[in-house]
Amino acid sequence: MIKLVNISKRYPGGHEALSNVTCHLQAGEMAFLTGHSGAGKSTLLKLITLIERTTRGEVVLDGENLSRVRRREIPFVRRKIGMVFQDHNLLNDKTVFDNVALPLIISGIPPSETGRRVRAALDKVGLLRKEKQFPITLSTGEQQRVGIARAVVNRPPLLLADEPTGNLDPALSREIMGLFEAFNHIGTTVLIATHDLGLISQLQYRLFTLHEGRLIADGTTQDLNNAA
Amino acid sequence: MVPRKNRRQRQTPQQRQQQRRRQQDLTTFIDYESDARTRQKTHSALSRYFEQQAWVGKAALLQLLQTPLSTLMTAAVIAIALALPTGLFLLLTDLQKIVSNWQGNAQVSLFMKKSISDQEARLLTKKLQTWEEISNASHLSAAQALDEFQQQSGFGDALDILQENPLPAVIIVKLHRSQLITGNIERLTEKLRELPQVDIVQLDFKWIQRLNSFVALGKRGALLLSGLLAVAVLLIIGNTIRLTIHNRRQEILVTKLIGATNQFIRKPFLYAGFWYGLMGAVFAVLLIALLFWLISDPIHRLSVLYNSTFQLSGLGFVGVAYILAIGVVLGLTGSWIAVTRHIHAIEPK
Repeated sequence: MIKLVNISKRYPGGHEALSNVTCHLQAGEMAFLTGHSGAGKSTLLKLITLIERTTRGEVVLDGENLSRVRRREIPFVRRKIGMVFQDHNLLNDKTVFDNVALPLIISGIPPSETGRRVRAALDKVGLLRKEKQFPITLSTGEQQRVGIARAVVNRPPLLLADEPTGNLDPALSREIMGLFEAFNHIGTTVLIATHDLGLISQLQYRLFTLHEGRLIADGTTQDLNNAA
Repeated sequence: MVPRKNRRQRQTPQQRQQQRRRQQDLTTFIDYESDARTRQKTHSALSRYFEQQAWVGKAALLQLLQTPLSTLMTAAVIAIALALPTGLFLLLTDLQKIVSNWQGNAQVSLFMKKSISDQEARLLTKKLQTWEEISNASHLSAAQALDEFQQQSGFGDALDILQENPLPAVIIVKLHRSQLITGNIERLTEKLRELPQVDIVQLDFKWIQRLNSFVALGKRGALLLSGLLAVAVLLIIGNTIRLTIHNRRQEILVTKLIGATNQFIRKPFLYAGFWYGLMGAVFAVLLIALLFWLISDPIHRLSVLYNSTFQLSGLGFVGVAYILAIGVVLGLTGSWIAVTRHIHAIEPK
């Protein structure tokens, strides 16, 4: 699903955020990406979502070489990716329903046909009854779940999350991880950037560890427990 | 460390139940999914397109109505900018109509030389009547002219003292409508002046021509003014949309991250421009109607004094259609310029 081949990213000014990273995430796999802040986690996600371009090397997403994607084609690549953000990036002047419907509207589904799919997604994250509320009236955990519903409503083959539990307490964090696991069970490839090692050590998935822009480990989350 | 299998066994019944429920939800999720796919096929591409357009248009309108006061103010500025030149233009057009009515009575007085007898003057009158530039010519002998002057001037008694009629005979020539163009009038006057019998040729409508020129100048000015104000409307709408884009920067970033194309992001702003233009135009129409209603009474009184049945013509159906179309075109253009300039600059970082 995602293949990174010898990628490097140097920002203007000379800072090399990623150097020579190679890894391969199979379709249907779920993996974590970890490392200190500044290790290059966010940069890696930005390269996959074409917010940034690689300086060297190539990113292949679902068989498509992203360095060949032209500017105007970027939106269509992003539609294959459901994105979950740390600060969930919901639109505060729109209801929960409208927030979740947005990806459907963007990909050209008529508004009258969005209802059932939006409700199915909201049902999945357990927020069906809150569809008419505004994000501000929800708790942080609920807001993050709306973010997840928005990410999956289009049934993208890939789900990317950048510190999805960064603002949540441990119990809520586990619940959110449970949601990601559930979507992985129905075939979605999931990549989660997090530094919450305590949380992921309880799970058993693939783990990429970045350190100062280099991939220093490609193992499983159980390695964390063994190391401890 | 505890192997994973053991952990799973340690799950509480509640957790297991929760997991089962989640699995069920997923099935419904997938069911809904395939259901939605089949439903899509029943809609034609065209009807989907129109449904989306209507949806975006309505959403843009609701967005504007969320801030009614600022929307109203923008629309009012546009309305004034549209109504001002239009109202001026309409008034001048009406004035031009009155002037051309007066011009219909345009006449030239030919004063005969003293040596010309009534007989000769009558012959000349007959001859002039055959000219195609002239619609009518009538002869007024020196005696008749004196009579008329005595009656109209009130100097009757004083004139009696004169031993000799000081007035010349006159031929009053009414011009054909086709002659009312500047060049033709000059040519005809020259022709009349060359007649041996004629002493003086006097145009009685020079002032109407001057007035007409002033009105034409005014109309040209109104057109130039409307051009300037159209640019002003473009700037107003452009600036308003630019501010809206700025305020909704975060929203644009998020939608771009989710996979929105620039066209998709542009649409609501174009619709906002459309609504601003349309609202401004509707207000402009109302404003013109109000202004004309306010001045209709004084104008009526004035026209009664001139024995005229003149009435202001107003915008009319075509005029209203024009204003609405101009408002919409200006709104769309203004927002298009703003959107094209600013949306590209907003990219997720």
